[in-house]
Amino acid sequence: MGSSGLHPAAIDWMALGPLIGVCLTGVVAMVLEMWRPRMNNNGIVGVCIVGLLVSGFLVIANWNRPGGESFGADYSEANGAVGNLGLFINDRLGQVIQLLIVGITLVTVLFSEGYLREKRLPFGEYYPLVLWSAAGGMVMATTRDLLIFFLGLETLSIALYVLAGLSSKERRSQEAALKYFLLGAFASSFLLYGIALIYGATGTTHLSGIAAIANTQPESIATFSVLYAGIGLVLVGFAFKVALVPFHMWTPDVYQGAPTSVVGFMAAGVKVAAFAAMLRFIDVIVFTSSVWITVLAALAAVTMTIGNLIALAQKDAKRILAYSSIAHAGYILVAVVAYGASKSGPYEPLGQSTVAYYLAMYGFMTLGAFAVLSLTGRDGKEGSTLEDYYGLYRSAPFPAAMFIVFMASLAGIPLTGGFLGKFLIFRDALSVDMLWLALLLGVNSVISVAYYLRIVQAVCTEEPGVVRSRFAPVNAGLFTACAVCAFLLIAGFVAADPLFDWMGLSAPGASVVAGLPGR
Amino acid sequence: MNPYLPIVLLLAVAGLVCTAMVTLSWVLGPKKVTPYKQAPYECGVAPIGNARERFPVKFYLVAMMFILFDVEVVFLWSWMAVFKDWVEAGSPAAAYSFWGVMVYMALWFLGDAYVIRSGALEWEESKTLAPEKLGPVRPSDTEEIALEPDLARGA
Repeated sequence: MGSSGLHPAAIDWMALGPLIGVCLTGVVAMVLEMWRPRMNNNGIVGVCIVGLLVSGFLVIANWNRPGGESFGADYSEANGAVGNLGLFINDRLGQVIQLLIVGITLVTVLFSEGYLREKRLPFGEYYPLVLWSAAGGMVMATTRDLLIFFLGLETLSIALYVLAGLSSKERRSQEAALKYFLLGAFASSFLLYGIALIYGATGTTHLSGIAAIANTQPESIATFSVLYAGIGLVLVGFAFKVALVPFHMWTPDVYQGAPTSVVGFMAAGVKVAAFAAMLRFIDVIVFTSSVWITVLAALAAVTMTIGNLIALAQKDAKRILAYSSIAHAGYILVAVVAYGASKSGPYEPLGQSTVAYYLAMYGFMTLGAFAVLSLTGRDGKEGSTLEDYYGLYRSAPFPAAMFIVFMASLAGIPLTGGFLGKFLIFRDALSVDMLWLALLLGVNSVISVAYYLRIVQAVCTEEPGVVRSRFAPVNAGLFTACAVCAFLLIAGFVAADPLFDWMGLSAPGASVVAGLPGR
Repeated sequence: MNPYLPIVLLLAVAGLVCTAMVTLSWVLGPKKVTPYKQAPYECGVAPIGNARERFPVKFYLVAMMFILFDVEVVFLWSWMAVFKDWVEAGSPAAAYSFWGVMVYMALWFLGDAYVIRSGALEWEESKTLAPEKLGPVRPSDTEEIALEPDLARGA
């Protein structure tokens, strides 16, 4: 480096605001924890809630500001790519996902404290770790550079490895942490190797490099084979993180073993961040070959089917929801595939709105469901078999009622956002001539009703004679968390049109919910 | 001067120092031979025996903290190597990178303070949570309670 050195670019602090807000809140929470509060963590929770609300507000303040990439390096000269490239992208997809992650974190923080106290694990470190994990997810969603994406993914994951093992005296929690860590490290190495190969083929870690190669169509077979191997490995890494079927083995064990509030955050936040990044990745790889669409469609089909079928055989509520989250990863992948196919094929271009909408609805219904399931944590113990939920509707009528809403939404029953989300995915799949995938999605939705009803049945079953005091009392945080999630699910259905307008991710000119009966 | 001469010198000095240390401790050091001291790894785990042995988890904690210090120094070193040039050239990058590193160091010190505060460097048992923090204490974990009258009627 010469004497001129690096030229500091003007920093768009406003666009970075939400990210800095979440990180800084985590730091403040850690400083508060250094005081070692003796009575409770209410101060830390309060700071987290305020910080997250401010961060959410900052995301919305960015909403209509000019977007684009910043923190640019000299990408463009390497590969002839045009445009303003950089490490950080401020666009609507990133903002929607950031807002979603902040919301998910907020709900998680709301119901965590009561659960952690009941589990005898009220470690103040929980909150900074959750916030930094969320910050990692926000980084993943707001970059088109694969290395920065990897950095975000690691920040997200490392905090989660610790959180999964938070209940360190429980064997299951230890197992969950170790399994998640080993398989996560495995997935990371796939991803990193893939990124290295893509770098070898394109000379850049920015996604524009792939697009540039696809546009110029160089003659070299070697470049293409290296590029394809790289893309394949990165997709494997993604598949591990969002739990697509051949790479889903860790999910049930980790979801069963990790503390329930952590699982809620894991199921909602990680999927949201990873699918957002995947959407950006699909955006460019579809132009290299149509084979990716076929591969991903096959993965989606297998994921939906296997996830739902295995869920039918489970007797543990947390495992059922783990397989349900695998199945939902399959549904979301159908939307991602349809989006990719519409970009590269002779179809009407689809917007990113379906994926974003489904992620939002999925995030809140899963998180809400885990919030209710966390009520079995009491006096340092926690059961999660279906029998453990017998009589929940007696001791906690409101969460039980909201639980029915979450299950209805997960199963895709109308008047909930889950239904509209599935409907939109179905429509998207049809619009790119993937009738088989759409039908498979429909069949799978029907299968899934069976196991969601089993949990609802367990919650509504009464044990004759005596009822054991197995449930934690409902506190204000859990109550609010359930209410917020259920409200968002129903509002997402009722006010879908304004919501889509506000998100602004639909393809230009496309009517989002046109053709929906009764609208 | 051959540009590779410093490397050769470095190798020579390293070899000399290593040889001197081993030889001098061999020559000057007291020799009290015990079977344990004769083992290949004098201050580690016993080399022969059951490998499935319990190992204090604190070792890993210390190793992790060592890596943090290590990485911090690596960052500072590479920054320091270019910072001087920027200052001499009056580059705007000097102030920019200085404050960037200051933010980094502030966060790093905060983390360090946390490590000390949470007792991670103390070699005894880790601190436990205050009992007040653990939520309400109930009579018994597994005790079955009778239904309240109105619930019993409903059942």
